[in-house]
Amino acid sequence: MIAQPFQYEAPNTLSEAISLLQKYGDEAKILSGGHSLIPMMKLRFATPEYLIDINGIPGLSHIKEEGGILKIGALTREADLEHSDLLKKHFPIFADATKLIADPQVRNRGTIGGNLAHGDAANDHPAVMLALNATVIATGPEGERAIPIDEFFFGFYMTALQPEEILTEIQIPIPGSGTGSAYHKLERKVGDYATAGVAVQLTLDKSGICTAAGIGLTNVNATPLRAARSEQALIGKPITEASVAEAAQYASEDCSPSSDLRGSEEYKRAMVAVLVKRMIHKAVERAGSK
Amino acid sequence: MLKQITVTVNGAQHTAEVEPRLLLVHLIREVLNLTGTHIGCDTSSCGACTILLDGKSVKSCTMLAVQANGKSITTIEGMIQDGQLHPLQEGFKENHALHCGFCTPGMIMRASELLANNPNPTEEEIRWGISGNLCRCTGYNNIVKAIEYAGAKMRGEETASTEPQFV
Repeated sequence: MIAQPFQYEAPNTLSEAISLLQKYGDEAKILSGGHSLIPMMKLRFATPEYLIDINGIPGLSHIKEEGGILKIGALTREADLEHSDLLKKHFPIFADATKLIADPQVRNRGTIGGNLAHGDAANDHPAVMLALNATVIATGPEGERAIPIDEFFFGFYMTALQPEEILTEIQIPIPGSGTGSAYHKLERKVGDYATAGVAVQLTLDKSGICTAAGIGLTNVNATPLRAARSEQALIGKPITEASVAEAAQYASEDCSPSSDLRGSEEYKRAMVAVLVKRMIHKAVERAGSK
Repeated sequence: MLKQITVTVNGAQHTAEVEPRLLLVHLIREVLNLTGTHIGCDTSSCGACTILLDGKSVKSCTMLAVQANGKSITTIEGMIQDGQLHPLQEGFKENHALHCGFCTPGMIMRASELLANNPNPTEEEIRWGISGNLCRCTGYNNIVKAIEYAGAKMRGEETASTEPQFV
């Protein structure tokens, strides 16, 4: 399968890339890892006139800690997230999630920025970012803009990014002690999209009271979904079987999966409930071991 | 509009004028005539087109040739050294790890990065490591054995072939 012809640009600086976006507007697409975009171009679902390859732009592939914030460059490959010691220390959820994203070769190319900017509710990082309360940094002609993750996803393949902006960094607050995180997706086989996926981050105080909870859901809604009622069901009390069951129930009610080859709507709701329970337990276990 | 690119493939430098939409696998197979790299699914699922790009295994059906400009590529043709099979090639031969052979170049290129990062992988690590490569005839047991064999050989240890011995 061959893509429709396009003009290829490979700028060496961010400002050059942004100038190209200003010039070409929405006729242009950004090429990052390319493992969502190139397949869509080969199928001619995507037919950009201009392709702006940002892989040669330096300074976009870091994983670093600064002032209590973890900063991840948008061009950071999934394989680098999977093996980062800094991420393992603060956020075991990344190792959970990246191991389940596509396969090793795809993870050598795919980037966290692309995974988010694609705006696909079936991708795995969006739910993780919801659970971790991330902020997306977009850079455009006017400079940088911080977009809270809850305001980032608009609809099917639609995000808050403007045609002249590039997603350049993800910022995640590093939580205090007593925090644990976990992600799992049910998939039919390696490389498949999630039948359902659940990301959880919890913080417990010394007496075992849950003081913060983030829960994100993958591929069970038109957009990546924050399970807000589930979070509220946990906060302010100890984690008990009753509160976990309540959180699972709310998540299965509040999502809106569609029936497809991966399963019926009813099955997917049931799996959301199961995964919410399991990921809460895993996050609690990890919170205790830190 | 054609773009001029320069790539180093198996140690030799090549310059080509390509359309931006040309896939890397088509550059390798049809421009450079290195047909050891296969096209299976053409949708980045099967791994038959796996090559090394600057030492990292990638699926060449899901990259553009222009993206490889200035980079170094290794294909299955580059694995043999001084007429000697690479330990992975030898391992596949010794362990009956191929039947039709279509997936083999991709399996070997993927396994070469796996062993470079992890010289002594467990069986589970090997199975996860080749989870982006599909084989439709042998099953995976002998492929796993072949990679174990190559790992042992590359570590300088004794290797055991599973080739049946007829006396």
